[in-house]
Amino acid sequence: MLILHCPYCGVDAEETELHAGGEAHLKRFGPGSSDEEFEGYLFHRENPKGVHFERWRHVNGCGKWFHAARCTNTLEVFGTYSAQVFEPPQELQDKISAKRPGWEWRDLKGSDQ
Amino acid sequence: MSTRLSTGGRLLNKDKQVRFAFNGKQFHGFEGDTLASALLANDQMLVGRSFKYHRPRGIVASGAEEPNALVGLGLGAKFEPNQRATTTELFDGLNCSSQNHWPSLEFDIGAVNNKLARFFPAGFYYKTFMAPRAAWKHVFEPIVRQSAGLGRVPKDRDADRYEHFYAFFDVAVIGGGVAGLQAALAAAEAGAKVLLMEQTAHWGGRAPVDGGTVEGEKVDDFIDATVAKLQAMENVTLRTRMMGAGVYDHGYLTGYERLTDHTPDQDGPRHRLWRIRASQIVTATGAIERPLSFAGNDIPGVMLAGAMRDYIVNYGVSSGDRVVVVTNNDDAYRTAFTLKRHGLEVPVILDARPEGGGKLAELAREQGFRVENGKAISKVKGGKRVTGVAICTQAGEGAVLEEITCDAVAMSGGWSPVVHLWSHCGGKLTWDEAQAHFRPDPNRPPLGAEGQGFVKVAGAANGEFDLGAILKDATEAGLSAVTAAGLKPKSKAEAPAGETLAEANPAAVWLMPQGAGPALRMKAFLDYQNDVKVSDVMLAAQEGYESVEHTKRYTTLGMATDQGKLSNINGLATLAHSLNVDIPQVGTTTFRPPYTPISMGAIAGEARAETFQPLRRTPMHDWHEEQNAFFEPVGHWRRPYCYPRQGESHAEAVSREINQTRAALGLLDASTLGKIIVKGPDAGRFLDMMYTNMMSTLKPGKCRYGLMCNENGFLIDDGVVARIDEDTFLCHTTTGGADRIHGHMEEWLQTEWWDWKVYTANVTEQYAQIAVVGPKAREVLEKLGGMEVSKDGLKFMEWADGELAGIPVRAYRISFSGELSYEIAVPASLGRALWDKLLEAGAEFNVMPYGTEALHVMRAEKGFIMIGDETDGTVIPQDLGLNWAISKKKEDFLGKRAQLRSHMADPNRWKLVGLETLDGAVLPDGAYVPASGNNANGQRNTQGRVTSTYHSPTLGKGIAMALVHNGPDRMGEVLEIPGTDGTIYKARICDPVFYDKDGEKQNV
Amino acid sequence: MKRYSAFAIAREAARYHTGWERAWASPKPKKKYDVIIVGAGGHGLATAYYLGKNFGITNVAVLEKGWLGGGNTGRNTTIIRSNYLQDASAAIYEKARSLYETMSQDLNYNVMFSPRGVIMLAQTEHEVRGYQRTAHANALQGVKTEFIGPERVKELVPIINIDGPRYPVLGGLWQERGGTARHDAVAWGYARACSQMGMDIIQKCEVTGVRSEGGKVVGVDTTQGAIDCDKLGMVVAGHSGVLAEMAGFRLPIESLSLQALVSEPIKPCMDVVVMANTVHGYMSQSDKGEMVIGGGTDGYNNYTQRGSYHHIEETVRALVETFPMISRLKMLRQWGGIVDMTGDRSPILSKAPVDGIFVNCGWGTGGFKAIPGSGWAMAELMAKGHSPLTEEFGLNRFSEGRFIDESVAAGVAH
Repeated sequence: MLILHCPYCGVDAEETELHAGGEAHLKRFGPGSSDEEFEGYLFHRENPKGVHFERWRHVNGCGKWFHAARCTNTLEVFGTYSAQVFEPPQELQDKISAKRPGWEWRDLKGSDQ
Repeated sequence: MSTRLSTGGRLLNKDKQVRFAFNGKQFHGFEGDTLASALLANDQMLVGRSFKYHRPRGIVASGAEEPNALVGLGLGAKFEPNQRATTTELFDGLNCSSQNHWPSLEFDIGAVNNKLARFFPAGFYYKTFMAPRAAWKHVFEPIVRQSAGLGRVPKDRDADRYEHFYAFFDVAVIGGGVAGLQAALAAAEAGAKVLLMEQTAHWGGRAPVDGGTVEGEKVDDFIDATVAKLQAMENVTLRTRMMGAGVYDHGYLTGYERLTDHTPDQDGPRHRLWRIRASQIVTATGAIERPLSFAGNDIPGVMLAGAMRDYIVNYGVSSGDRVVVVTNNDDAYRTAFTLKRHGLEVPVILDARPEGGGKLAELAREQGFRVENGKAISKVKGGKRVTGVAICTQAGEGAVLEEITCDAVAMSGGWSPVVHLWSHCGGKLTWDEAQAHFRPDPNRPPLGAEGQGFVKVAGAANGEFDLGAILKDATEAGLSAVTAAGLKPKSKAEAPAGETLAEANPAAVWLMPQGAGPALRMKAFLDYQNDVKVSDVMLAAQEGYESVEHTKRYTTLGMATDQGKLSNINGLATLAHSLNVDIPQVGTTTFRPPYTPISMGAIAGEARAETFQPLRRTPMHDWHEEQNAFFEPVGHWRRPYCYPRQGESHAEAVSREINQTRAALGLLDASTLGKIIVKGPDAGRFLDMMYTNMMSTLKPGKCRYGLMCNENGFLIDDGVVARIDEDTFLCHTTTGGADRIHGHMEEWLQTEWWDWKVYTANVTEQYAQIAVVGPKAREVLEKLGGMEVSKDGLKFMEWADGELAGIPVRAYRISFSGELSYEIAVPASLGRALWDKLLEAGAEFNVMPYGTEALHVMRAEKGFIMIGDETDGTVIPQDLGLNWAISKKKEDFLGKRAQLRSHMADPNRWKLVGLETLDGAVLPDGAYVPASGNNANGQRNTQGRVTSTYHSPTLGKGIAMALVHNGPDRMGEVLEIPGTDGTIYKARICDPVFYDKDGEKQNV
Repeated sequence: MKRYSAFAIAREAARYHTGWERAWASPKPKKKYDVIIVGAGGHGLATAYYLGKNFGITNVAVLEKGWLGGGNTGRNTTIIRSNYLQDASAAIYEKARSLYETMSQDLNYNVMFSPRGVIMLAQTEHEVRGYQRTAHANALQGVKTEFIGPERVKELVPIINIDGPRYPVLGGLWQERGGTARHDAVAWGYARACSQMGMDIIQKCEVTGVRSEGGKVVGVDTTQGAIDCDKLGMVVAGHSGVLAEMAGFRLPIESLSLQALVSEPIKPCMDVVVMANTVHGYMSQSDKGEMVIGGGTDGYNNYTQRGSYHHIEETVRALVETFPMISRLKMLRQWGGIVDMTGDRSPILSKAPVDGIFVNCGWGTGGFKAIPGSGWAMAELMAKGHSPLTEEFGLNRFSEGRFIDESVAAGVAH
């Protein structure tokens, strides 16, 4: 039973207030993209046993989407942040690197632990 | 015999006698008894039969770890199987019966299994019962099932209620023994908000039985004083009869409070399940005594030494007059002292340790007990009751040195910390060689949301058994929990000084005697309930089931209702010994919640029957109910399917509703339709992405039917979009789609196009909506008066705000039935008023409300698709001939890229057509159209399927819609469609629009 | 290896069962095998078994990082059925179901396949139509199912409440030859049979790398050293993504936690398996007497083999409503397993982008029932390069938009 901090309304929300929305920071491929690009966009999700960035909606709350950085192996939450950014805030990246030595943004191999 | 003593019984109120029945026999006990102590007081040592061999089983423990004393408790709607006698408080009128025997507890036919036990070792069923093939299902399995199982099946709907409770604490302490009390006190005095729960009805745990002093006073006084202090503190919540059931991620904890199990006639919920969030959890859950593995250790009368002591001190009950004590540790000596103090005889204390023992052992020798070091039980004699023991050396193979008559055996194999709650969420254990047990490894706690440990352990649960050490450990646990919870301790408690006699280390004794041969091992039980013996675990190891999980599953060790509380450590020590490895190398099986079984009723809580799920009601819902509408669940709504009249079948009602609507006037409560306002300068641009159609070009005042696909290309919803003004649209969705589509819009707005200036609002419940349908629709509205609804004043696919009968409305001239039709939206609070006015004004036209089935049939007659019928998540708009609604001009919309993929652009996809049966029959729902031949997997080829099929009262025959390979090019072709009953239907491919192809009826 | 039989038990009983041999050997890995299967769960072991039995390929190693059968094979609710809607699914699940019928005899290991029947309850009009459609599809697929009315449901399941005020039972899809089997025994039986054919089952052997040369697989690195092979089968469910990454390709897989629970055992009270999709719960009674209950999956990626409590609560609530008598039973134990979900929730049985590597994963919540069919098909694919049973389950379906979607209830009625 996770608790995530909603960065919009400031509530530490119970999992039952939240809706999980899968991997964060996807780049949309629309008309004009190749079949491979489109397939990758729709179906190839990061699935690390470790640090993962994902989207959540505070659905039974303020209704806002936000992003969370979470370990899929220990369920530790490193932080939550706005959904309206293209990558996690530097501060959060630093925090994760400190807690998971060897981890770097978009280097999935280092995320296992 | 076991009997009531004249001394002891500190928990009893001997002034209050309580009557109860066991297997129909009337007994009596005292207030304060458990069912187990009361049974023992009545010499009912035999209480059940084991799972596999149906061996006689007696009470062996005094608490939650009891594997044997399970009864069916209560009668009728209050009957409950597998209730543990040791944790059941006695109440007047209690009625219970023993389990798993036929015809009676004393004489059980199933005990023949016991005679054949040699043929039924671990896993025997994997090796036999295989021939003939049908025999497993028809012969062997029914026998196995009947002889397995335990409790009787409850027959009636549960008469009790249950409830849930949410609570938030800084520190939750589980266990109300000395350690729990002290930890709670330390945390509370430091300023934390504290919950302390104790699974029994009494504070203090084992301490009052085991004795000792705190600051020079009796430990009982310390307990009373601490409870009093805690009760006086505002930041402390105390609960007895509440068990810590499970520890889950991020500090979620379930507490199982048994409110009225001990007073079943009292009003109110029976159980309350607490859902607790605690920053820190302290488990002060104590320890459980282990049995010793010797032959006959399961014969009724063989009990845990600590339990035997409990029964004397707490309940004034002796388990036997003459008790042999057998042990590998000092603690069991306390039982010998207690027995003697209460006038019972202890012919010998068998201490498996070759020499020594601590102060307790010294004391025993001083007091003149016969203490035999290095000795063991070779075997226990007796059947349904202990009659004696044969003594041997622990070091040998069991040669009998002496036989001693006795009627009970008190055994102690050492104590194992209760580490369950620590382990539920990933806390790891460490093997303590000196104490011969697993205890929590403080360096590897379960990790919480921030990667921090969130469980602390105190007292015996942490491997501390000395009263002084326990108090220190608990104080530390309480204080460190406060700090870990992020609070600054207001004060720092000092641990009070506790004192008990120091104990020497136990010896690791996993088999008694250590060289016991196969005949003895086959009688040395590890798991009493599931009949797993030392020989079974050894067999598993021999056959290669070497992982502890393999052994557990192969032998069923620890899988009974006690989940191995007594057997696990002995079992895995036996496995380690068989594999010739150290115990930590074997490891433990995973501890899973709950700690002891909790009622399903408590888990479900108050959600029953009508309150099972929330019910959504339209403003007209009560009217539908008054008319005895037949409802169907649609999401959390219940919509009228039809309004059957006296003596009318549903089909007849549906036909009547359709005929009258098409002939004159019908009304539909369409309030459940989704209504989403989309507003902002970029609203048009946004809807162009959401819908396959072009929405930005829609003129204010106009409506347009739109299709919505997901990014994967599939059709997910449809509905009419109305442009309210330059910046505002109102999007109708399907009933089931309202929340989903609103979420879908928000997801794209917030996570992809967050710079677009658009707001959405789901106003589904803010408006009631009524479809006024039929040739008389305009007349009835005009009769209500107040706004222009004429052919040209409000054209087809236009909307207008206005007033009807003085009620402010928004009228959409749209049609899902093919008739002249208006959908009138009003603020929800006025919905019923308008509905009533329409009924009143429509009376002269014989107005007829219609339900969802009439709606479905009328749309099918018109060839309109229905999301969920024509679509199933695998259908794209092109399949349904809806290309006209897919904009060619737009560069992009959700689903556009997906629909370009090879399989979606394939011209061979099945396409929508109508089907009419040659004889007017109705095609079966969901029928497939076979094609010739079989595929490579031997399945019949297919060329289409029926998506909707109805009897059309308008046309007087069966009509259907279907997806058919090359369907639109095959008009007039006759298909053969098999039903599942062998009937072959013949149907002709036709235009899916069956009624009023030119749309003249709606355009008047 | 000695055959198992009642006679063998009697013989062994006379000597205190000291003569039983190991069910499977525990060898050190050889330098090279024709085929390495990674993952000694049901699917991996079944693949090895049918490679040997159907194609005579026995120079096979099955590598397991933990203990065999320790993943989802030993954590599921043991339901076996093949009443699937789409042809490709029905084909492989029906193949599996039919192999279950004779598995005990084939393996000389009693897996206790119990064709007690499976009912999927219809509790909305929409579900009624959906299951009627499945019944029609099944008839053409050679899968024997039947849509039955509520009275028949009650007859088959006397403890069910068919007229609950919220979701009365309107009927059900009945597969008489569906049922359950003893999950651990399936893994153990296959392991014993593989070992008997001379295959090496190597436990506590974790693959740490996949080696390939010129786009072709040549072997794996493991915690017990490097092992060479000509062909490599990856059958590791939730960990497929991790393994694929070692081999340099990606899979459309996400790993979620799926939960289940059992009650305390009671005497027989329900002879069939009941699934109620509207209220999200399913239940059967094990031979030991426990009510075995399936719960939901978390919506987020999770490797912990635990899950969120509210799924347990929702499932139990639904089942207490459907079977009121279980209110007075007690939950004995709850647990979780890691399931591997694909984009269309159907499995992947496919050649991989690296030559010589074959992938079998993505069974999601439905893997146990497929074990023998999956092994059979995977063995054929690995031995021959193609199999009619795996044809539709290729990796390419995601780029082509050719999905195998079993969730016909995805659409919603007006």
